[in-house]
Amino acid sequence: MDIAVLIKQVPDTYSERKLREQDWTLDRDAADAVLDEIDSRGVETALQLTEAKGGEVTVVTMGPDRATETLRKALAMGAHKAVHVLDDGLAGSDALQTSAALAAAIRTLSVDLVIAGNESTDGRTGSVPSMLAERLGLPQVTSVRTLEIDGTTLRAERVHDGGYSEVTASLPAVVSVIEKINEPRYPNFKGIMAAKKKPVSTLGIGDLGLDPSTTGLANAASQVLDGAARPPRTAGEKVADDGSGGTKVAEFLAAARLI
Amino acid sequence: MAEVLVLVDHHDGVVRKVTAELLTAAARLGTPAAVVVGKPGTVESLAAELGALGAAIVYAAESDDAAGFLITPQVAGLAAAAAAATPAAILVPATVDGREISGRLAVRLNSGLLADAVDVESIDGEVVATQSVFGGEYTVRYRVTTGVPIISIRPNAVEAAPTAASPQVVPVQITIDPAISATVIADHPEPIGDRPELGAASVVVSGGRGVGSADNFHVVEELADSLGGAVGASRAAVDSGYYPPQFQVGQTGTTVSPQVYIALGISGAIQHRAGMQTSKTIIAVNKDSEAPIFEIADFGVVGDLFTVAPLLTGAVKARKS
Ligand SMILES: Cc1cc2nc3c(=O)[nH]c(=O)nc-3n(C[C@H](O)[C@H](O)[C@H](O)COP(=O)(O)OP(=O)(O)OC[C@H]3O[C@@H](n4cnc5c(N)ncnc54)[C@H](O)[C@@H]3O)c2cc1C
Repeated sequence: MDIAVLIKQVPDTYSERKLREQDWTLDRDAADAVLDEIDSRGVETALQLTEAKGGEVTVVTMGPDRATETLRKALAMGAHKAVHVLDDGLAGSDALQTSAALAAAIRTLSVDLVIAGNESTDGRTGSVPSMLAERLGLPQVTSVRTLEIDGTTLRAERVHDGGYSEVTASLPAVVSVIEKINEPRYPNFKGIMAAKKKPVSTLGIGDLGLDPSTTGLANAASQVLDGAARPPRTAGEKVADDGSGGTKVAEFLAAARLI
Repeated sequence: MAEVLVLVDHHDGVVRKVTAELLTAAARLGTPAAVVVGKPGTVESLAAELGALGAAIVYAAESDDAAGFLITPQVAGLAAAAAAATPAAILVPATVDGREISGRLAVRLNSGLLADAVDVESIDGEVVATQSVFGGEYTVRYRVTTGVPIISIRPNAVEAAPTAASPQVVPVQITIDPAISATVIADHPEPIGDRPELGAASVVVSGGRGVGSADNFHVVEELADSLGGAVGASRAAVDSGYYPPQFQVGQTGTTVSPQVYIALGISGAIQHRAGMQTSKTIIAVNKDSEAPIFEIADFGVVGDLFTVAPLLTGAVKARKS
């Protein structure tokens, strides 16, 4: 079975992430850019499935030039080929526009399954997988912590706010995974070398058949009005425990009328 | 005034609390109209309660297929109500289900989506939503420029303050396409414990890897119980199997903003802070005086949590009695 995995380059959550104060969009220079951890779990899920059942994994990303680093990382993990949706006209896309471009890119492939992370660590909209399912006319099985495929039937445990459900759908389908699904493998030296030779194709607005009057920041369906940075938090009192630490915390809470 | 549609979050005949919050938010923007998607008969049992929560209109999107399929029944219900009402906005809870429903709906209605809003307001007749970005580092306000604004609102972000209404019930027809729907075979609800809900609690006591084992977590629970609080955990504690995943606080867990947050044996990694740094008062107990959690703690104790926490629990109980 052939699988497409959606991956995204995001600012490293270990570094200080910033918005640009002139337009409150992501400051890409403030933090290192990395493959979003949740997407490496999506790649892992796809690799395990194709290792068991055969087929190829295509990783798909939309992003600026440097997002190729992310594609190479996924190829080094073992994905077979990559598609880079790359066009200056796509800069500043919102979730609705992103899902349109990604849907068009996926239509150029012929896959049985589309896998994404449940939500990116920067946008946190958590809605692109379901937007994509709607655009592709496919069922969606999202927020899954287990995934099994039997012929053309998919079974999963889907985690929601009140517990979990056992869910099925027939392929093709869109799946999103949560961070508890697996531990992603690290690319090894052999994988990194092999990744350099794996095919990466680039698709722009024209290749995707998108109408340029619908793409990019100027045509986004939502717009920033204004923003504000939170004043930094400062450290308060710190005491070394001399056996009375617990009592001191109680006194602090009582003085602040919190107990 | 234009209607503002609210997707009713209900389960087994119980309307979840977030629905009241959404109806309160809707009243700021227009006439609150609740959309109930469920099996035939659902609305009859819920309408009075929804009226008490402020719904002036209740759209009844009832179908025998509503319970067995995932997400698409609610999308169909909201789309049908939107066609009937021409609403000023559509509000859904920013839960796992709500976010997915809003995603599909945004495509179907070709409308802008603002996800995980912590506030909504009407400015010069325009709907504006506030989002909290990077774990509360920034707040940014957005508006929608295409279609009907679809907004998912974070549970516990808006305080419910209902003005009761006697709702008019309006049936709408829905058809659910099984070809684009996943099927729910079985649901396993989490048992509701005696403690307050993590996202809504005014006190949260969290344990990290420093707690050392699942057996030791009773130290965290006992402190939480003495304060009437909820229990949380770091990702390291969850991944080590000390505490169940639904209690994870942080970037990829629940975001909490209680009056008091107590971190026991948690280093304060940036991803953990992203889920708790907007708490009013932060207390940290950690053996390592260099632990980053102390940088944001209002009161910190450098010490062993197994000495400090039980003593604190005792002191809290003593003050109460
Ligand atoms: C994409 C991404 C998302 C993430 N999301 C989250 C998230 O949602 N939530 C989250 O928490 N983390 C998250 N993390 C993980 C995060 O980076 C840290 O690994 C994690 O928070 C560490 O948990 P911890 O503080 O319990 O463990 P550690 O960092 O190992 O800290 C344990 C602490 O306990 C102290 N300690 C040990 N014994 C005692 C004792 N007896 N008494 C007192 N103190 C003691 C130690 O001094 C130490 O500071 C995420 C990471 C990534 C990359």
